Amino acid sequence: MLQLSERDAAMLNADAGSGVALAMRIVTRTANVMGADRLIDITSAHIDGCLYHGAASLDFVERFVQSETRVAVPTTLNVGSLDLIHPELYQGEPSTQRAAERLMKAHIELGCESSFTCAPYQLKHRPKLGDQIAWAESNAIVFANSVLGARTSRYGDFLDLAAAITGRAPYAGLHVTENRAARILIRVADFGALSGRDVFFAALGFLLGKAAGASVAAIDGLPSDTTEDELKALGAAAASSGAVALFHGIGITPEAPTLDAAFQGKPPARVIDVSLDELRAVRRHLNQAQPGETLVAVSLGTPHFSVTEFEQLSALFTTFSGALACDFYVNTSRFVLWQLESSGIADTLASRGVQIVLDTCTYITPVMKKMSGLVMTNSGKWALYAPANIGVRVAYGSMKECVHSAFAGKVCFDERDEPDEHISQL
Amino acid sequence: MNAMNPMNTSASFRAEALTSGFAQGRGVFIEPLSFWGGYDAETGTVVEQSHPAFGQTLAGVILLMRRAKGSSSSSSVLVEAIRNKTGPAGIVLCERDLIIAIGVIVANELYASQIPLVLVSSEDFERLCKTSGVIQIDARAGEETARVATASSPAL
Repeated sequence: MLQLSERDAAMLNADAGSGVALAMRIVTRTANVMGADRLIDITSAHIDGCLYHGAASLDFVERFVQSETRVAVPTTLNVGSLDLIHPELYQGEPSTQRAAERLMKAHIELGCESSFTCAPYQLKHRPKLGDQIAWAESNAIVFANSVLGARTSRYGDFLDLAAAITGRAPYAGLHVTENRAARILIRVADFGALSGRDVFFAALGFLLGKAAGASVAAIDGLPSDTTEDELKALGAAAASSGAVALFHGIGITPEAPTLDAAFQGKPPARVIDVSLDELRAVRRHLNQAQPGETLVAVSLGTPHFSVTEFEQLSALFTTFSGALACDFYVNTSRFVLWQLESSGIADTLASRGVQIVLDTCTYITPVMKKMSGLVMTNSGKWALYAPANIGVRVAYGSMKECVHSAFAGKVCFDERDEPDEHISQL
Repeated sequence: MNAMNPMNTSASFRAEALTSGFAQGRGVFIEPLSFWGGYDAETGTVVEQSHPAFGQTLAGVILLMRRAKGSSSSSSVLVEAIRNKTGPAGIVLCERDLIIAIGVIVANELYASQIPLVLVSSEDFERLCKTSGVIQIDARAGEETARVATASSPAL
């Protein structure tokens, strides 16, 4: 039975206005569905409601705008349906474009930051270990929980904004320490020395999502020099192929210095071994193309590219001379782009034909010039969603292979000599 | 016991009410569906090509789905469908699902829709799926237990 604080009750009673009362009704009604016995304060929110799904998206937000409601905690925004800095990239219906733009701007009127990124954890101020937060966007949720050690359940449309406006969230799910214990142990073969290892993190994430569903898993065997970008790729793929909201990397992530810590002293309910062959098989499963097939584009930056990834891309570009042989898109946030200004990396890449897409992402909205044909990516998430969302075929390879292929205008893989076995765990 | 019940019930089950409302309609079983990317809220049809219910409508039906799946944006698509009157009249699940619940709750707040969302046991779910006719959900406000009943004949 949900117990409300005096302040919660006052909010519910419209003491702070009708908008806050509406938000509080949504928080308390969902708290009841989750079986929470109380609400807790949150220190930040990340909102996924600025991607336009139809009139209901706007009906909801405009109720708060009209009642002059504001968010109560620092609140970042996920991607919208268009690039507000480069609106000319949008290829869809003008009426949808207007509504989508209004949706993004209405959120800013509520006091949200104009971050428009699916990687809010790449912004300067990010949650710390133990912070209670209410985040939406599956890859941001898994990163905040796993890599930062902050605590959020899987929030989604509507509840994220309601939590931001009330500053409260149901005390349930991954807000609670006991629910953060790993249940499944995944022992992965050492892939740290393989070239183009970025795709192996995404492949491992894909397997993790299939195997764990919504359960918490701990991974033993991640390379000791695993980077945040690699954990980002792993988490994003896991949250796309399954409902993973938290994983632990033994010796890597903050709540898993040891196996025992990750499992909070209990034995694993299940142990799964993942071989290199299985990782390679996932990679082939995500790839729909044959080597040598003509590419219409390469798309990187799902989730949004980090400063470090731009530096890696820039270094790869210096190894190729001449012009790109297909379109080349990189999705990122305004804030990452601003950080690149001093180094000149963005300008150099742009002068070589790279289209940097801000505020949105190439797989959720029509911004690429060619929306049919074969597009190459190093993102497991992009490879999973783009075929259904925008109707392209996907070639899947490492960042290095993507760049190589873009200059060749056709799919090039570094290693294609492994046997073509099936994936036993899919 | 059920004065508002116009049909002859052949079986009745207790359910846990997640949202309240009274609904009556044809029972339609489908495999887990992600409304986002899987349901067209304008035409009211399942559009996920690999889904067994591809091309079917869920408008006005009592949706029997063991559990939900997929993106949290499904809440938005469900609200959009309820707004467009292309959504289900009532929903029966086996597994508690926050994404579906939020969609139903927000549609109620925005459009005053009254769509009962209830949880039943796996055994009762099987029995509901076996009835080809009309299903009725009676989930009254403030009560945690709802009643789900099947008609003895599909005709009302």
